[in-house]
Amino acid sequence: MPSLGADMEEGKVIEWTIKPGDHVHRGDIIGCVRTEKADIDIEAWEDAIVDQILAKPGETLPVGAVLAMFRGEGEPASVAALPAGEKKAEAPRAPAPVPPSPPPVPLEGERVHASPLARRIAKELGVDLSRVHGTGPHGAITQEDVEHAAKPPEKLPEKPTQAEPVPERTRTDVQAGMRRAIAAAMARSNREIPHYYLETRINMDRAVRFLESENQKRSVRDRVLIAALLIKAVAKALTEVPELNGYWIDDRLQPKEAIHIGLAVALRQGGLVVPAIHDADAKSLDELMQAMSDLITRARSGHLRGSELTDGTITITNLGDLGVETVYGVIYPPQVALIGFGRIVEAPWAEGGMLGIRPVVTATIAGDHRATDGRRGAQFLTVLNRLLQEPEKL
Amino acid sequence: MERKIPESAIRDAILKGLKKIAPEATPQDVAPDENLREALDIDSFDFLDFLIGLNEVLGVEIPEADYGKLTTLNSLVSYLSQRVG
Repeated sequence: MPSLGADMEEGKVIEWTIKPGDHVHRGDIIGCVRTEKADIDIEAWEDAIVDQILAKPGETLPVGAVLAMFRGEGEPASVAALPAGEKKAEAPRAPAPVPPSPPPVPLEGERVHASPLARRIAKELGVDLSRVHGTGPHGAITQEDVEHAAKPPEKLPEKPTQAEPVPERTRTDVQAGMRRAIAAAMARSNREIPHYYLETRINMDRAVRFLESENQKRSVRDRVLIAALLIKAVAKALTEVPELNGYWIDDRLQPKEAIHIGLAVALRQGGLVVPAIHDADAKSLDELMQAMSDLITRARSGHLRGSELTDGTITITNLGDLGVETVYGVIYPPQVALIGFGRIVEAPWAEGGMLGIRPVVTATIAGDHRATDGRRGAQFLTVLNRLLQEPEKL
Repeated sequence: MERKIPESAIRDAILKGLKKIAPEATPQDVAPDENLREALDIDSFDFLDFLIGLNEVLGVEIPEADYGKLTTLNSLVSYLSQRVG
């Protein structure tokens, strides 16, 4: 059972999309696991052959439990995987994969939130998903919902049935699970990580004008949000201050070369998830906008991949839309820093002896004092500020 | 002769678009002069998504400079009525 985040302790196997003997490739979706937060597709971590599947759909297992065994090309099958009469003991390799599903298949008309399994079963059973009431996380349609919808009506009730209580209770359970998961991760963070906080005000005049100018040339569907610019600036600043990009594991800082920005995404019915934009420093603004749009859409519809929830090397939380000016975040372990942005406000700004009004954002860093000192955090904010003064170079 | 899209159709398109981005909410319950983004907890990403949807349905390209004029249901209907059909 993969750990799909610091807030996960166990997961329920929902389905397998593989069987013994199948060849899988790195990144292939091999199944789906339900966490307290959402159904997550698990992926193969390397090319391999499925040897045995040990966990059955419906089983709830702790993080670290072996779900399946894999073997390399040319390696013999394990005893258990051999047909009767061909038993020959060979230890299979440790698990290779774990789970997420492909991007959601866009349906015509209304946006429908359903797991890949539910979509497949709906197709098989001829069920119109737009008519199915979802009882999964955030109203997502589950396998059970589809199967229920496919059943012929048993009997017309005398009075209208009160279908609401069951889904309502399910949503409550999902919300409770979400809060428990967040509570576990945040309590661990506050317990284990000695946070330090720094903040700086950044003149966003050039950045805002740059984006306005860019967006004037674009149709509405190609516009770039300021959030994409901030992500890019953070990613590039990390290339200059790499100590903030990585993990605190085994009592030491382990900086990561790849910059995968975890994006705190608030879910509409409460709670949040932190999927990662991979290699954010190498992406253009358009690519970042596309990646952000894809991630937010899938996060809110419950279609994230496991790797997206585990690969983040730093987190950005942007609460500007909610009107707050300063964000003091809690680091998402094992990461060692979290960058916060508040609302861009028009504020008095003195420069070169002149006072004017400028769009200003407050950027904060929550740093893990075991991994870095305030000096490093301050360097980061200085670089961030400098980069945002030359937005056309981002 | 050009046929103007009635205001009721524009209003329906807006409410449908809002329902898409805030499926748990009831946009019809928002007062016509209430701030839509605050009432329905719509962030920048959702708002852009909403405008893309309106663009697809009504064919109106809304410049970013006009976002400030689109705060309520009434202001949206009024703005779009002048630009469609």
